[in-house]
Amino acid sequence: MDIYVCIKRVADTSEVEIEIDRSGRALEEEDFSFDINEWDNFAVEAAVQLKEQHGGTVTALTVGGEDDEEVLRRALAMGCDAALHLSDEAFEGSDAWGVATVLAAALKGKPCDLVLLGAVSGDEGRGQVGGFLAGMLDLPLVALATGLTVDGAKATVRHEVEGGLERVVELGLPAVVTVQTGINEPRYVSIRGIRKVSGMEIPVLGAGELDLDASAVGAAGARVTLEELFLPPKGEGAEILEGSDDERIDKLVDMLHERGGL
Amino acid sequence: MREVFVITEGPGDEACELAVAARALGDVRVTAIVFGADEAAAAQLGRCYERVVNFPAPDGACFDGDYAAAALAPWIAAEAPWLVLLGHTNNGMDLAPLLAAKLDRPMLADCLSLEQRGEQLAGVRTVYGGKVHARVVAAEAAGYLATVRPGAYAPPDSPPECGGAVEAGPAPEGYAARRRLVETVAAEAGAVDISQAELLLAVGRGIEEEDNLELVQSLAEALGAELACTRPVVDKGWLEKSRQVGTSGQTVKPKLYLAVGVSGSFQHLGGVKGGPFVVAINQDAAAPIFAAADVGIVGDLFDLVPLLEERIRERKG
Repeated sequence: MDIYVCIKRVADTSEVEIEIDRSGRALEEEDFSFDINEWDNFAVEAAVQLKEQHGGTVTALTVGGEDDEEVLRRALAMGCDAALHLSDEAFEGSDAWGVATVLAAALKGKPCDLVLLGAVSGDEGRGQVGGFLAGMLDLPLVALATGLTVDGAKATVRHEVEGGLERVVELGLPAVVTVQTGINEPRYVSIRGIRKVSGMEIPVLGAGELDLDASAVGAAGARVTLEELFLPPKGEGAEILEGSDDERIDKLVDMLHERGGL
Repeated sequence: MREVFVITEGPGDEACELAVAARALGDVRVTAIVFGADEAAAAQLGRCYERVVNFPAPDGACFDGDYAAAALAPWIAAEAPWLVLLGHTNNGMDLAPLLAAKLDRPMLADCLSLEQRGEQLAGVRTVYGGKVHARVVAAEAAGYLATVRPGAYAPPDSPPECGGAVEAGPAPEGYAARRRLVETVAAEAGAVDISQAELLLAVGRGIEEEDNLELVQSLAEALGAELACTRPVVDKGWLEKSRQVGTSGQTVKPKLYLAVGVSGSFQHLGGVKGGPFVVAINQDAAAPIFAAADVGIVGDLFDLVPLLEERIRERKG
């Protein structure tokens, strides 16, 4: 079977101080480290596991600039057979619609049984690209998969639904599935593993190769634009305890007894 | 007056919240869309909505995003409301982007608030795990689609009694189901039932290593609290799924919620109900958990947790 897995390189902002830059529309990125989006890592693992069981090929795709190639190398090191780097100045400033438009153009006419994507990304957190892509390609979609098996031309997908429940559905292939974290245990990628795939050629495809009208993608084609970034209003946030560790813990213990029902 | 169509998952808080979100946009008439509602449920939606359109349920009677998109797209295209609203729920994530693509409408996802700017739609949403807010605006179009984060708008104390009449929506023409329901499953029942616990100690990604869980287990014991956790801790297989709090885990209503190394994503906090006393210990002063907590300590949990356990044990004598 032929599987395509769409991935994204994102900034890890979990442990850095956030500063908004002068434009008001971007973050100061000096202290950021970048890696594959967490959800996408599970999607790559799911794709590679399916290939290992059923044979076929897995191709990783990303839309982005030069620096974004590193997540494709990482995906190759995990066991993807090929990668496509969808990169063009015209793609810069794409919203989720633009990204899906580029991906749809790259997938058009290719033999494809399954398209996998992370359900959301850790940076923008919109969760839109998978659904947009399914709509553009007119393929059935299941979002938020926590289990995925394939039998012939049929996939069985377990996914998260309302009320903390999960539902198991069957659907015919080809299909688009967005992947939740925890669906598998993504394999470890060593520096040696990445070095091993450093010689693999990754084709770069731009608007011309994809037969895309540059005005339909990038900032020009964006349906949603960012006006400003701002830090969340402090509002009625927590009372932050100050002092030495001993002092703060003593205060906290008092509060736990007075207000915490201890 | 503008038309707003809200795709509901049946009557309940979420449907009421979405009606409030729609009305906050000014002079609007708000229609509820629902699938397979019985007479009572449809009538209940009519208390918050001026009109209720009840579509036939898909095969298997459970929500199916593919079916819903196929049923709604041609009908919404013909009715041409200014805005289509959904909750940013699991089902909403299954349906909304697909429907936006079929309707060819700009979509704002997971909004905390929406505002009308002339003919246009703008919204505020979170990025980078809630550490930053973004104001976004949809390009001018004939109509828009947006999803709203559950809990972003408070439901009214009592419904406005709109007395909306119920009508039947058309079944999709020539639609052959592309998804077949096999079964609906509850998360595996565990040995513990955190949903009934009064004292909860929740641990998140900040615990770093599985071996470090001993620290919080020992504190939980000293407190007489049950141990709960966030999704990443379950994803790594360190604690059982039945201890996970959040929209894809358990809903809890304790008196005390002590969150250690928990960043406070909305998916996690969505499972904490009943207004407990929330205490947060986290290294990152910008973590969203501090906005939701009553009391916080910014610091290293590996120092603070053992110290807290020691003091609790001393008090207990």
